[in-house]
Amino acid sequence: MSAAQAIKVERWTPVSLLATGTGTVLLGALSLAPLLFGASALDKLTELYVYVILAAMWNALAGYAGLVSVGQQAFFGLGAYAAVQLSNHGLNVYLALALAGLVAGAISLPTSLLVLRLRGGEFAIAMWVVAEVFHLLVNLDHSVGGVTGTSLIALGRYDPTDRRRYTYWLALAAMALMLAAVFLLLRSRLGASMQAIRDDEGAAASVGVRVLRTKLVVFVLAAIGCGAAGAVWLAGQLTFQPNSFFSVQWTAYMLFMTLVGGLGTFEGPIIGAVIFFVVQDQFGQQGVWYLVGLGLTAVLFALLLPRGLWGTLEDRLGVRLLPVGYRVRRLATVGRES
Amino acid sequence: MIWLNQIIQGVLLGGYYALLATGLSLMFGVMRIINLAHGDLAVVGAFLIWWLHDRGHSIAVSLAVGLVAMALLGVVLQRAVLERSLRAGVLVPLLTTFGLAIVIENLLFQKFGADIRSLDIGNLAFDGWKITNEIYVGRLPVLIFVVALAMLGGLQLFLSRAPLGRAMRATAQDPDTAELVGVNARGVYLAAAAIAVATAGLAGAFLGMRATFDAYAGPTQLIFAFEAVVIGGLGSLWGTLFGGIAIGVAQTVGAQFDPQWSILTGHLVFLAVMTLRLIKAAAEGRGGFMAALGMEA
Repeated sequence: MSAAQAIKVERWTPVSLLATGTGTVLLGALSLAPLLFGASALDKLTELYVYVILAAMWNALAGYAGLVSVGQQAFFGLGAYAAVQLSNHGLNVYLALALAGLVAGAISLPTSLLVLRLRGGEFAIAMWVVAEVFHLLVNLDHSVGGVTGTSLIALGRYDPTDRRRYTYWLALAAMALMLAAVFLLLRSRLGASMQAIRDDEGAAASVGVRVLRTKLVVFVLAAIGCGAAGAVWLAGQLTFQPNSFFSVQWTAYMLFMTLVGGLGTFEGPIIGAVIFFVVQDQFGQQGVWYLVGLGLTAVLFALLLPRGLWGTLEDRLGVRLLPVGYRVRRLATVGRES
Repeated sequence: MIWLNQIIQGVLLGGYYALLATGLSLMFGVMRIINLAHGDLAVVGAFLIWWLHDRGHSIAVSLAVGLVAMALLGVVLQRAVLERSLRAGVLVPLLTTFGLAIVIENLLFQKFGADIRSLDIGNLAFDGWKITNEIYVGRLPVLIFVVALAMLGGLQLFLSRAPLGRAMRATAQDPDTAELVGVNARGVYLAAAAIAVATAGLAGAFLGMRATFDAYAGPTQLIFAFEAVVIGGLGSLWGTLFGGIAIGVAQTVGAQFDPQWSILTGHLVFLAVMTLRLIKAAAEGRGGFMAALGMEA
């Protein structure tokens, strides 16, 4: 028994080193895409990156911190709104788009005071109310055209080819930054705190986890990410209509991507986003039945495959591509195992 | 005088919100589930009763058949989705009911299209009593308010007196212990789901009578119902009535300033109540209002 107690806690494994390295190289390679691909491929990839950001943010909230928000469209819409306002006030339009996520993050600070003390379903719907409030307030703002919305005029001054490239790089940079932020957060001490809160808030607090502070960090990070995604989406669409940016449909998409890919895994939401992207591309024109299918798939995954595609695969194979957790390995198991 | 009128209208509107919130509150009280599809279930009820009425049945028959069907829908929902979700942890019911909401909305849209509808109830929609030149009380809002009162009172009586009601309260306290003393928790959950969905259907019918609805009207109804429940205190039925009235009055008074402000004012009152409650809780816990503004747990 005494020798069998020797264990080793691992973070990096050969597999995870290889996977993280490949991921980083892949991100670098993707930055060259504008030199290789045509306009429609770039637009498609930009769209995909927005989905990846949204899925990763929602997963950080729900999958790791146990905060199921049905109001994340609030920050998606606010990001776009902030970009329009900053640009209208004379800031360079790409700088405005890049800063928009931070504005959304700043707005999430006072919001957090109100919602983060709520638990479970109360938090979920309170976020929805918050999203509605921001939506209605933006609707009242005549400087962005109220309900009808407005277009991001400053972007029209760029040559379409340049504009597409800049938007693409903006999207790629936002995705890389947000994924890196989630990665680092999960590897940090806070990452473990978050999961402790998700599993049992009271117990986590009793062992010294600072519950509200931990939730706050995830909440603000997710707001920044969703805000940045909203700004990138705006850059792709050129027009800002409050009703479409503040639509609860965005949260439905996030739910679908995260549940299908794997709630509470780092890689799952990325895979979920790719699946959603393909499904959207193939069936997006089917309209209503497509949305019925999305909702039904999400329900079925939540009930029958709660760890999603990636989580299930991970459990079966015992691999972790990106080292966001800990692995405990027994070293000297003398005489106990062959 | 015009303000008094708005307040009276708001109180009556509050009856509708309380009715809408009853099922949400009951389901939370008994099963600890916040059903994110609650508003959509109300709209299903509205469409169902509208459809029956459209087939040529009288309002009374449509309502009776529709509500029985809604209760059955509640049973199916409980068996097929909620029961499994409950077993899977605290987050799963939120995920499944939100997914369900998307399914319901879009199925309704597929079946009934984008048209805005309302239930035709003839003169009842317009009749009322003129109190003074500026105060006018409609018969329908009064009817809805009375039904809401009867529903809440009846439910309260049922929970405190009826054997099934007592079993429901026992299960709400602790399902495992309730089973030990011979309560069938699974059956109790089924009954609670049936009652909750049927009251949602009734609220949906009133929505169809007093206003208009379409396939995507559910989420807004859910939010109003939730606000009423939270203001009144989760699980308290009379509190729900009070919460509904608070939201109703906020909306009608807000609308008097500017119609665009109606719904927003309701939300802001809700957020204000929550803020006050949080500050109060923090101040009580820590002794002092400054502590309430800090983020320490």
